[in-house]
Amino acid sequence: MNRTLRIAIPVALGIAVLLMWEALVAAFAVPRIVLPAPSDIGEAFVSDFGTLMAATFVTLRITLIAFVLAVLGGVALAILFAQSRLIETALYPYAVVLQVTPVVAIAPLLTIWIGYDNIEAVTLTLAWIVAFFPVLANTTLGLKSVDRNLIDLFRLYGASRWQILTRLQLPNALPFLLGGMKVSGGLALIGAVVAELAAGSGTSTGLAWILTLATRNLHMGTAFAALALLSALGIAIFFALSALEYWLLHRWHESALKVQT
Amino acid sequence: MTALLSLRAIAKTFDTGTHALGPIDLDVEEGAFVSIVGPSGCGKSTALRVIAGLLKPDSGAVAWPGSKPEIGFVFQEPTLMPWVKTLANVRLPLDLEGTPRAEADARAKTALARVGLAGFENAYPRELSGGMKMRVSIARAIAAAPKLLLMDEPFAALDELTRQALNDDLLTLWREDGMTVLFVTHSVYESTYLSERVVVMSPRPGRIAADIPLAPPQARDAGWRLTPQFASEAAKVSQALKEAMAA
Ligand SMILES: Nc1ncnc2c1ncn2[C@@H]1O[C@H](COP(=O)(O)OP(=O)(O)OP(=O)(O)O)[C@@H](O)[C@H]1O
Ligand SMILES: [Mg+2]
Repeated sequence: MNRTLRIAIPVALGIAVLLMWEALVAAFAVPRIVLPAPSDIGEAFVSDFGTLMAATFVTLRITLIAFVLAVLGGVALAILFAQSRLIETALYPYAVVLQVTPVVAIAPLLTIWIGYDNIEAVTLTLAWIVAFFPVLANTTLGLKSVDRNLIDLFRLYGASRWQILTRLQLPNALPFLLGGMKVSGGLALIGAVVAELAAGSGTSTGLAWILTLATRNLHMGTAFAALALLSALGIAIFFALSALEYWLLHRWHESALKVQT
Repeated sequence: MTALLSLRAIAKTFDTGTHALGPIDLDVEEGAFVSIVGPSGCGKSTALRVIAGLLKPDSGAVAWPGSKPEIGFVFQEPTLMPWVKTLANVRLPLDLEGTPRAEADARAKTALARVGLAGFENAYPRELSGGMKMRVSIARAIAAAPKLLLMDEPFAALDELTRQALNDDLLTLWREDGMTVLFVTHSVYESTYLSERVVVMSPRPGRIAADIPLAPPQARDAGWRLTPQFASEAAKVSQALKEAMAA
């Protein structure tokens, strides 16, 4: 299937669904507070454009900062784990605890500790917590799954630990890291939204807060517009990370080879 | 001839309790091409890793009557780094030893040309066939001009034709460089074809069951594989291997 068709077909399907949605809402006179028509959503999008964009920006900023910190922290801790068995044994269980504890449950606690007046920091922390683990777990696996013979070869030629880390372990971990980043990019967004919903106050004004307010006031058009923007953010993050992955791996990695054929 | 290395009562038992090797004694003369054959699991790879200094034996010692030489190692798998191009793979030993880039590049290029891969400097490993990858692996091993080349079943995964071509190329490299080669293989014919001495090991824990000198390589020509003398030498090795397995 050629490139144009691969884009044209889903777009056409989307347009068809929107038209049908519009027609059905009109035909059955569905109340707007149950399900707004696409035109209502469009109208809300235009009239609330400023608020929506500001909220998108807040959510995007929190997501990106949390994501970058998760990647940096995850990679740093993974390197530490790969260097020292002792540190790994000591810390890994706690990383797992952080991962398995539902964010929604920690949100109120963090809100108390960090403060109601600083919900953005709470949101950021929560988004970081959910985004951190996939990076840590994948990178650790990648650093450790180096071909044993290659390590022997490096040792044979007197390589230092630093050389083994930078020339062997890190490149070997790169595909694993990128896989983890794709998961954790999505999770950072989910974390940012869930945290804002759970914190439930107006000092952080991201898309989740707009969503909360709009549904409370039965402005369903605005709520759906916020929802659409959240999806768009998620999709953009996913595509950006996929592009990064392709750019870094396509020359040498098997996964990228399959994409080409 | 002086010995390049002497193994004295080398034995190895792994933490798992597997008594893998020895004790074995073995002298390898400088410039020799020695093959080691033995059943799977008898400790051949273990012995090579001990010689290379990658594994500490429980007892005994590896002695280097001269100074410890530069060592090259070729594994059964090509063991290349997929994320760098062929040239950088071949350059690895030189890079790790801190050779200046220009000189390292030149030497790596020469090594690649010597294994018949001139022009493939910029290919990534995944763009090469199995035989070509193995050639890169050999080029990497000879790039740093080792005096001792350890090879652990390097051609076992290749088809017969590629294997024979690589056997001949290896012999050429050996003759030109005068290095010492220790070559582990499962194949009686390969060991007979390549070496001037075949060491036969017993099943685990591997000990030396027979040490068979073969016709000197000077006496060989292109048709060596087809001569009755080759057949009778191979039969000798085969017989010794059978006896080692039965004992
Ligand atoms: N790191 C290790 N830990 C525990 N046991 C090991 C280890 N390496 C090898 N062994 C065991 O030691 C024995 C000898 O292994 P080795 O790899 O030296 O055999 P080999 O002669 O090279 O066999 P093959 O011809 O199949 O390659 C085997 O039983 C193997 O399971
Ligand atoms: Mg082996």
